[in-house]
Amino acid sequence: MSNDLSAPAQTSTGLVASIPESRIAGGRLRDDFRGISVVWRRELIRFSRNRVRIITALVQPVLFLFVLGTGLSPVLKGGPHGFDFKTFLFPGILGMTVLFTAMFSAVSIVWDREFGFMREMLVAPVRRSALVVGKCAGGATVATLQGAIIILLAGLVGVPYAPVLILTLLGEMALTAFGVTALGVLIAARMSQVESFQFVMQLLVLPMFFLSGAVFPLANLPQWLAVLTRLDPLSYAIAPMRTAVFEHLKVAPSLLKTLEPAITWDGWRVPLGLELGLIAAAAIVLLFAAVAQFSRPE
Amino acid sequence: MTSDTAMPNAEPGSSKASLDHHAPNTTWTRAEATSTGAAVEVIDLHKRYGELDAVKGINLSVAPGETFGFLGPNGAGKSTTIKILCTLVAPTSGLAQVAGYDVVKSRNEVRRRIGLVFQDTTLDDYLTAEENLRFHADLYGVPRKAVKSRLQEVMEMVGLWERRKSEVKTFSGGMKRRLEIGRGLLHAPRVLFLDEPTVGLDPQTRSHIWNYIHELRKREDITIFLTTHYMDEAENCDRIAIIDNGQIVAVDTPEALKASIGKDRVEIQTDSNSDTVNALKSHFGLDATESEGVVAFHVSGGEQFVPRLFSELSLPIRSIRVARPTLDDVFMNYTGRTIRDAESSISERMATNPWMRARSRR
Repeated sequence: MSNDLSAPAQTSTGLVASIPESRIAGGRLRDDFRGISVVWRRELIRFSRNRVRIITALVQPVLFLFVLGTGLSPVLKGGPHGFDFKTFLFPGILGMTVLFTAMFSAVSIVWDREFGFMREMLVAPVRRSALVVGKCAGGATVATLQGAIIILLAGLVGVPYAPVLILTLLGEMALTAFGVTALGVLIAARMSQVESFQFVMQLLVLPMFFLSGAVFPLANLPQWLAVLTRLDPLSYAIAPMRTAVFEHLKVAPSLLKTLEPAITWDGWRVPLGLELGLIAAAAIVLLFAAVAQFSRPE
Repeated sequence: MTSDTAMPNAEPGSSKASLDHHAPNTTWTRAEATSTGAAVEVIDLHKRYGELDAVKGINLSVAPGETFGFLGPNGAGKSTTIKILCTLVAPTSGLAQVAGYDVVKSRNEVRRRIGLVFQDTTLDDYLTAEENLRFHADLYGVPRKAVKSRLQEVMEMVGLWERRKSEVKTFSGGMKRRLEIGRGLLHAPRVLFLDEPTVGLDPQTRSHIWNYIHELRKREDITIFLTTHYMDEAENCDRIAIIDNGQIVAVDTPEALKASIGKDRVEIQTDSNSDTVNALKSHFGLDATESEGVVAFHVSGGEQFVPRLFSELSLPIRSIRVARPTLDDVFMNYTGRTIRDAESSISERMATNPWMRARSRR
């Protein structure tokens, strides 16, 4: 700690005297945690204050779940099992909610830059990594909360409100949300204008969503589509959630074969731990990449 | 160019102004706090953006407690210099120290000791005034116990304590600027940088902001470094540096700068301004300039010159005005043009240089 530059003269009656110079220091671990926490808190405040955003963000999942789900139900009901397609869809819609909310939250960095607030953060004596971690934690929390609102609808689509199931889903959503936010922050670091967000949605977020198995089973697909779905990281986030839901339902084994909640690699069933491990590893790699992007000198 | 040559010959006015302008001769190689105690010390600073030399060898020294103004047209290098001092942009070469720390080597040490108020707002509109300030306190590591009282102090000072629970998006431009000044002071910085603190504000709000700045100088033991392209605002500073084309062309107190011209400014309007300029040159050997329909020139003993002008100049004069030199004249004297002309020529230059245009948005 450097005290070379002595605090204001004792004669000073000004406001400066109220904070001794030596205590304004940053750069310690404690200061980094404070930096992380404040960026996180800001995300939560902005989320909770923007009711319109919370409600509009509910429209899309509800449409998918109840309109698409109900519309496609007769197709499945036509079979011998009488399984509600909405129940199948439910974990996919949780994944979708998390994907879109987390991505939106991360890309708000571009807005921050546009409206100047980014500069307030960048000139502060806080490590850039603390800012990025705080942002990712904030985005993850917000997306998980939005997903939690969808969980409230579980009963309407035949998914039980089992505490273990809810906790499992929340945990898996949080992990996914963290990874998606890190990806979004990494992209936003390179994005100079708000308009580019459209490209990200069309070229990245929508393909990720459609290839993830959120809206259709990943079993019995043609080769080309099967490969693409296995390359989509979001597939490995949706599968554990669907597995968790199916474990709490009584599903006929023959139906499980068609609806196949878990992912297979050339017939080999990918274990749950590996699925979650892949998501966690991707989240960490993306986080480090995002930190590296933000630490570049201007 | 060194600060020695940049100094006008006039005597330094205040005691602050005379403090250690010749620091370049002392040793400046250490990154840690130095003993000379200057709040801002800049030696032979250069910044090059591609082909464009934005800053071409600036030297200056600002004493603690001083209010130092950086005066010049947009694009003269003011903003680039202030960004270097705030650790936002790395210099191409040269040395810059703020509060005793090198802006490149000890970036965080500098950041902890400076407050920044930028031209563009950097507040979060969706947060309340108080939340914006708390956020800042956390980012700057203000001791938790000190936050509450300090927050009240600065908010009362900028007259926003009653509005602390309001979201910033409900604030007017002037209130936002005041809040930003308050926030810039929250962590008790040694040096407060104000980049065009009143730009875009109406005259009444501008004068309010200046009242706060004056109040601040009285109450806080703080160095204020501000940029402006308003001449009348520059008058408020202890010392001014006139910057043009990436170089400092003069540094002194406003009074000394004005006195250094030593001549009065005479403005005349005639039916034929170009003939008048020629006649002034041929009859009196005076270099006059024409700007906005007015012919202006500088002459010592302006009042005594007027009768000569009428008797010896055959051209009809419609109006005449004699004035003591202003900072406009100082600027004209050192740069050969008015600040307004300088701005228009720069905006033309920037229009033809897309790279520079992109830069200027930041």
